[in-house]
Amino acid sequence: MKLKKTVLLGAVIAGLLGSSLASANEEQFIGLPSYRVGPYAAGGSGLFGGWIDYMQLVNERDGGVNGVKLTWEECETEYNNARGVECYERLKKKGSTGNSVFQPVSTGITYSVLEKVPQDKIPMVTIGYGRTDAADGRVFPWVFPMITTYWSQASAIVNFMGQKEGGMDKLKGKKIGLLYHDSAYGKESHAIMDKLAAKHGFEVIKIAVAHPGNEQQSQWLQIRQAKPDYVVLWGWGVMNPTAIKAAAKTGFPREKLIGVWWSGAEEDTIPAGPAAKGFIAAGFNVAGANYPVIADIKKHVYGKNKGNMEDKTRVGSVYYNRGVVHGIITVEAIRKAQEKFGKGKALTGEQVRWGFENLNLDDARLKALGATGFLPPLKITCADHEGPGKVKFQQWDGNQWKVITDWVDSDRPLVRGMIEESAAAYAKEKGIKPRDCSKEG
Amino acid sequence: MLYREAGQFKASYAEDSQIFPIRQDKIGFWVLMLVFGLAVPLLANQYWLKAILIPVLIFSLAAIGLNILTGYAGQLSLGSAAFMAVGAFAAYNFILRIEGMPFLVALVLAGVTAALVGILFGLPSLRIKGFYLAVATLAAQFFIVWALVKFPWFSNNSSSGVVTAQDVTILGYTFATPEAKYILTFLIVAFMALLAKNMVRSSTGRAWMAVRDMDVAAQVIGFRLMRTKLLAFAVSSFYCGVAGALYAYTYIGTVEPEGFNLDLSFKILFMIIIGGVGSIMGSFLGAAFIVLLPIFLDNFIPMIFGDALGAGFVSNFQLIVFGGLIIFFLIVEPHGLARLWQIAKEKLRLWPFPH
Repeated sequence: MKLKKTVLLGAVIAGLLGSSLASANEEQFIGLPSYRVGPYAAGGSGLFGGWIDYMQLVNERDGGVNGVKLTWEECETEYNNARGVECYERLKKKGSTGNSVFQPVSTGITYSVLEKVPQDKIPMVTIGYGRTDAADGRVFPWVFPMITTYWSQASAIVNFMGQKEGGMDKLKGKKIGLLYHDSAYGKESHAIMDKLAAKHGFEVIKIAVAHPGNEQQSQWLQIRQAKPDYVVLWGWGVMNPTAIKAAAKTGFPREKLIGVWWSGAEEDTIPAGPAAKGFIAAGFNVAGANYPVIADIKKHVYGKNKGNMEDKTRVGSVYYNRGVVHGIITVEAIRKAQEKFGKGKALTGEQVRWGFENLNLDDARLKALGATGFLPPLKITCADHEGPGKVKFQQWDGNQWKVITDWVDSDRPLVRGMIEESAAAYAKEKGIKPRDCSKEG
Repeated sequence: MLYREAGQFKASYAEDSQIFPIRQDKIGFWVLMLVFGLAVPLLANQYWLKAILIPVLIFSLAAIGLNILTGYAGQLSLGSAAFMAVGAFAAYNFILRIEGMPFLVALVLAGVTAALVGILFGLPSLRIKGFYLAVATLAAQFFIVWALVKFPWFSNNSSSGVVTAQDVTILGYTFATPEAKYILTFLIVAFMALLAKNMVRSSTGRAWMAVRDMDVAAQVIGFRLMRTKLLAFAVSSFYCGVAGALYAYTYIGTVEPEGFNLDLSFKILFMIIIGGVGSIMGSFLGAAFIVLLPIFLDNFIPMIFGDALGAGFVSNFQLIVFGGLIIFFLIVEPHGLARLWQIAKEKLRLWPFPH
């Protein structure tokens, strides 16, 4: 009798303790491989600031995702592959359920951990960089190059030019300069631009700029001689303001200079001074602080003095908002995964992966998040890990970025064809059998 | 007390010319080999193996390579990372393009390719010296990385220029686990380090040191300068090339030109300066110092300051502390950590009766 009582009592206490521990300790860990020093620190501090602020907002305003608090830890990569791999290994076992998602914010690190993530069962999300053909989710179940890829972007830029000219057929016989960073990143533009040129009948003039790109006299001389109708600026870091200034010097209209999303931030235009006025750039997120989600961050995070940015005026800048987009996608995938695997529970990386694969941020959801127009509506499926592939174009008015278009679509069939072709080649090389998406739940 | 060589007599030339003439050193060496070869892969966790021990070993090998050239032959070089890149890309292409290429053969061929490129870029050393030579090797650094980006053939026409290294398979066994990769790296590095140690003690090494100390005098007493210098470039590049291939295959898992930039060359140079110029042991100590210290600081500084400081400040503060420590060590012991070790050994021999 006594024994029975003790056992029962013990069981009750254990149960109580267990349940209270469980509800108090449910935490979802997110590892952040950040870069706040090194050559790209200016962008990194904005991006990671925005990302952390959004997660802080979810914790402060909503008490976490269905009560599960988000926790995170930064690991400095200096944008260096070796340090990135170290960070990946360091972060992967942290938290009660391990790292939920790895987002390297560097193409080099993406490739370095590409084959590690399936083994460790951690999804990898690369928003606006990384391995383009990983958009084929049948071959790359663990990798999500979301919103849009470089190929979609190039195609959207050409579509935008077509819009400006008043029809894609008007692009025939035009000359488009492609001023690219002479690195793997810059060369990513070549194959797709060649395909588009063949399709629409324009001519591409490819002009390389050696890293870091703070000297572009000969390139712009070449542009002046060739007289292109548009110049696409596929740049990175100091190359961007230098190109804008050189364009002004050679008298190339800034309205015809179109930057990619790594060329279109305040960090690129402000150093160029008045020369940048009129410069247009693509972006999968827009600048500006007049969105409800940013207002909420100001109220709930900065109001309580918990903000991550040292320079508060950068809240609402392009890089900051890009960080908020990273935050929104991460949090929404966790929310989605909780719907399937249990609300209020900390999830493993494998469960969060399901959340990413079934992510659906439609207009209604974006409105609820206070982010209508902030990022394009996003739907991920088993086969398509990219999503909309749309960008908006913004123009620098001398003081700030002004959105000048709605979401501009890319040539989906063309880009998707290239992605599938490239992914199939990878699958063949590695002996991967693509998943059958009709069987995925 | 324990570390004393009294009573250890050398009765033959073979005994006199051993790598470790003192018995305690020999025992210490075998203990180290056993610890790192057996105990570590059995006990260490994945994080330590993958993120810390493998890179330390690989960078040690690259540092030995540079040490042969700079420390022993006196030719300052800023191109070590580029020679690593040659090795990595050569290994990738040999395995990719030749059906059934064994990994170890590819590794040797990668080293040979790097050695040939090294000889090519070593040619200016016959005319120019010192810092001017450093500038010439800087050209190697930029040219090689540029060429690897410029010609897509090297990266098998990959659209992003980053390629995934193939699996490491030796005699049908695939080295997939971190433990297996670690042991493979360890064996290769240990073998090549012993080889280097012997090389620098042989007539080859003596020729290098003669050229380092005064090349005119070396020439006068009959060393052929061209041969000696180019041999140093070849051997050094061979080591760097193998290190580069290991870096791609057992550590990072990808081959990418931008990974082998000037920063990496400087890092390897710092490794030998901190560790000890002209010392094989110093290459290991320097590599460990340069790889481990930033990781240690990254863990340690947030631990003591917590969230009191901004993340950006913490990241920058690490660099300041790192730089400060390098300067501190250079002031305290300009000959590097290896020299500190040597002093400690000399003191130990006399201890506890130094007078």
